[in-house]
Amino acid sequence: MIRLHNITKTFGDQDVLKGISAEFLPGKCNLIIGLSGSGKTVLLKSIIGLHEPTSGTVEFGDQVVQELNRKELKKLRQETGVVFQASALFTSLSVVDNVRLPLQFFSDMSKEEMEARVKFCLERVRIPEEAYDKNPAELSGGMQKRVAIARAIVLKPKYLFCDEPNSGLDPETAIVIDELIQSITEEFGMTTVINTHDMNSVLEIGDHVILLKDGYKVWEGNRKDIIDSDNQDVVDYVFRSKLFRKLKKAMQLGEVKS
Amino acid sequence: MIYRLLDGLGAYFIFLSQIFHVPERWSEYRKSFFREIDLLGMSSLGLVLFISVFMGAVLTIQTATNLDDPMLPDSYIAIAVREGIVLEFAPTIVGLILAGKIGSNISSTLGNMRVLEQIDALKVMGINPASYLVMPKLLACMVFQPVLVVFSMALGILGGYLAGDWLGLVNPDVYLSGYFMEFNPFYFTYSLIKTVVFAFIIATVSAFYGYNVKGGAVEVGKASTRAVVVMCFSIILFNYILTDLLL
Repeated sequence: MIRLHNITKTFGDQDVLKGISAEFLPGKCNLIIGLSGSGKTVLLKSIIGLHEPTSGTVEFGDQVVQELNRKELKKLRQETGVVFQASALFTSLSVVDNVRLPLQFFSDMSKEEMEARVKFCLERVRIPEEAYDKNPAELSGGMQKRVAIARAIVLKPKYLFCDEPNSGLDPETAIVIDELIQSITEEFGMTTVINTHDMNSVLEIGDHVILLKDGYKVWEGNRKDIIDSDNQDVVDYVFRSKLFRKLKKAMQLGEVKS
Repeated sequence: MIYRLLDGLGAYFIFLSQIFHVPERWSEYRKSFFREIDLLGMSSLGLVLFISVFMGAVLTIQTATNLDDPMLPDSYIAIAVREGIVLEFAPTIVGLILAGKIGSNISSTLGNMRVLEQIDALKVMGINPASYLVMPKLLACMVFQPVLVVFSMALGILGGYLAGDWLGLVNPDVYLSGYFMEFNPFYFTYSLIKTVVFAFIIATVSAFYGYNVKGGAVEVGKASTRAVVVMCFSIILFNYILTDLLL
């Protein structure tokens, strides 16, 4: 479980996050949604430690991040996997070496055990064997995302964070990535936090959703609640699209099941 | 202006303090060090060879032309060329050239890593990115640049000899004997001290600019250019300070 208590973040005289409190549930896909500029990325970076919150606390289980010393923080980071928007794979290393890197730094596995773990993770995200020795730049966007997921889970993390995992992907690949994240979350019992503005993702895997607007958390619920919600901010965000307005009407008329 | 300079210097020293940390795993740093030796050092051999041979040749032609006096033996030309190469041309010119070649490489590599969130990825893994990415480059530069400079000295002296002989400017035997006359070994030490300081400047200044890039691809290019300008200024300035202190 991850708990946020009254997180604020200020850059200069600009308040980007304004007192956000939330809980992210273990074994579930927790989504942070909102328009561009609403503070999603800053919130995610504040949780994973790339930004220091101006005030407020972040708790991972019973550990308050702001109270941890350097060693404890380092240990917590090894329990955390992150998939970045641009995948952030190292182009100086092959696919296999990218996935192996965290193990080389932080595990005491033998070479054979490492190879087995890397192979397991790459197979789990369905990367074909012929791609193992390729440079990540030679792979498609979807494959790069899958390699990034493999690298994120190689140390068996308790927490997985994904920043816009579907950005730049075609709809079919985006669905594959969503399903993959959902299945590994359930399989490994991780607390997964996903930053997205893809409504397909919200409706497919949104076990728990928080909506940000102008740095405030304005709504919280799940994928079913979001369709039925009368909250004006939700309506403005979700039903801006004609398709979703039609979908909501059809559901209200009973033509489509929730 | 002064505030910006002090602010920049402060940020640079904070950056240095991030580099000098105990590695998370020595074996990974060692592997990275040998990769950098190959990437930054070995790949510069051809360029240093080309520049050094012609630098020595030009220096011999210029010195021979200016000391065109029957009373002066050709060995004096050799001494002047040798001292010029050992004291100044090999360490400083090679330093400036490597600032352009290696420095811009380090700066743009780290800048791209910053833009593509690879530095953030290392940080969230629990790896100290400044240390892991910069320390092997710094050590590779400080170990291999003196090797390049010694190589440059040898080739510069060889280039001078060949040019003098081929163009008939000097008597080869007398000229060759001049290379071994009245050599002060401290000049060699002085030259290597300068080289190590220049290597430190090249690795850390270029890394500082690349590591702290904010924005996109355009900023990576701008940071690279800024890094090369600052490195050249710093090398020239420290060349003067070290010469004043050591000679």
